[in-house]
Amino acid sequence: MPAEEPPTTASQEAARLAAFDSLIAADQRIEPTDWMPPAYRKALVRQMSQHAHSEIIGMQPEGNWITRAPSLKRKAILMAKVQDEAGHGLYLYSAAETLGTTRDEMLDALHSGKAKYSSIFNYLAPSWADMGSIGWLVDGAAIANQVPLCRASYGPYGRAMVRICKEESFHQRQGFEILLALMNGTDEQQAMAQESVNRWYAPALMMFGPPDAESPNSRQSMAWKIKRFSNDELRQRFVDMIVPQAEILGITLPDPDLRWNEERGHHDFGELDWAEFHAVLHGNGQANALRLAKRRAAHAEGEWVREAARAYAERTATSERMAS
Amino acid sequence: MQNQHQSPSAVLTPEAIAARVAPQDSPARATDDVARYALGLGDDALVLAQRLGSWIAAAPELEEDVALGNIALDTLGHARGLLTYAGSAWDQTEDDLAYFRDEADFRCRQIFERPNGDFACTIARQLVVSAYFTVLYRRLADSADPTLAAIAAKAVKEVEYHLDHATLWTVRLALGTEESRRRMIAGLEAIWPFVDELFAADPAADAVPAAAVAPAGLREPFDALLLPVLDQAELPVPGIAAVRGGGRLGVHSEALGPLLAEMQVLARRHPGAVW
Repeated sequence: MPAEEPPTTASQEAARLAAFDSLIAADQRIEPTDWMPPAYRKALVRQMSQHAHSEIIGMQPEGNWITRAPSLKRKAILMAKVQDEAGHGLYLYSAAETLGTTRDEMLDALHSGKAKYSSIFNYLAPSWADMGSIGWLVDGAAIANQVPLCRASYGPYGRAMVRICKEESFHQRQGFEILLALMNGTDEQQAMAQESVNRWYAPALMMFGPPDAESPNSRQSMAWKIKRFSNDELRQRFVDMIVPQAEILGITLPDPDLRWNEERGHHDFGELDWAEFHAVLHGNGQANALRLAKRRAAHAEGEWVREAARAYAERTATSERMAS
Repeated sequence: MQNQHQSPSAVLTPEAIAARVAPQDSPARATDDVARYALGLGDDALVLAQRLGSWIAAAPELEEDVALGNIALDTLGHARGLLTYAGSAWDQTEDDLAYFRDEADFRCRQIFERPNGDFACTIARQLVVSAYFTVLYRRLADSADPTLAAIAAKAVKEVEYHLDHATLWTVRLALGTEESRRRMIAGLEAIWPFVDELFAADPAADAVPAAAVAPAGLREPFDALLLPVLDQAELPVPGIAAVRGGGRLGVHSEALGPLLAEMQVLARRHPGAVW
């Protein structure tokens, strides 16, 4: 954490807050050394670490298919994608560290179950076609969420997101291509694709979070320009984007209420099962325990390696000091 | 080299090789003899990439998920180039060769089949095979076969980096804590019986002496790369006898069957499908 701040008078406090507010109002970036309200710092750490955790937990459902990818080209693409996700986790942890929280602290919060990650990864990916659905729908929803974050008011976060978004759009395209190949393939491949999209469609729509009226953290985040659009706005944008893509694929989106609304200039879509969303969020998804257990195991099994690296680094630092 | 003016990455992707060898009468196709040699090298890289791919999302730290993923991806790239080229002699694609051959038709040497074990075991395997690939590809870059030479010229830069990675970890683990040292020694001892096979005779190499690198000649430069690393890490050279190899003749360890079963399961359920 940053060093204890010296006591300030009420007028100094008001002046700092006014300076911060005017930076936000002028769409200027807040940088790590700038003063910021503790609640802004806290909200950022929460969001950025949650995002980083989502990247590394999100490696698992796809990592599970690397060894079974049905062609070498798909294997290579999948490896590159999962590796990108590890890279995104790294940028985001580093960006969050500029706020005074260490990666170890963030990982401890993940491993203890205190910190959340995107609930979407608590769904299972038992089919190869899920690699397509995850890319097309899950990464697609993530992009819709994340593109506005490139303009997030906190500088390190916005800059990390620029690079991440570039790679995410690749990821979405490769997911779309997987599904396209399946839909151009045998009857079994087509059925595989449709079955997978049937499972992922609604959970992907729920990735934007609860409806605006029920989203506790959204309003303040938007006022601080960390978040730029509401959950419902982003969800609508996403549905409008995927409907024509589904047509190209020849895939049916599993929503009988999905139709174009001329008046609104948007697609209407059916009510989502928020009870299920909350159940998964609170630990009752098919894979919550599985994902966390695998993450904890990788961390625990790697402890001796990290300890060795620390011991070696200390030893070499000591011998360099002795030599100089 | 005659290819010097072309951008290597543009020429050498597996897709580019596939395009070059596609016409039935393409002079870029491998001869049967050269293809047999390329197949062994391709299988070595493919089986190793399959092993390394299992580390992704399970590494000791995020940086290693990235590093091992990168190494797996490079290695898979070498496999794809070599198998695509080998397949050109027999009208087979890289996927025909990877997914639709049985265990006895694989030509990988047994060291590449070794299970990952713990991180030290994987690092010990990486140290040995990266040193081997480095000396192999350095020589193969001068092959009389232009495609093999081009694949090797690109690969050598990558495996040199893999060797750096393995060297740094070998030293760190060997000189880190008591536990890491114990594990590093155990990892090296587990891999050591499979080292000699890398330099054993390969009939496919003997058949095309101008295109291939003779394995026996690689032992000396390999030792010159590896032994100083062991020395720096204060690791004794294991005094363990070699096991009988035979990977180039289709003789494999028990570890290969399950690896192939997992790799091939989906592709074989849908023969002829395009992915």
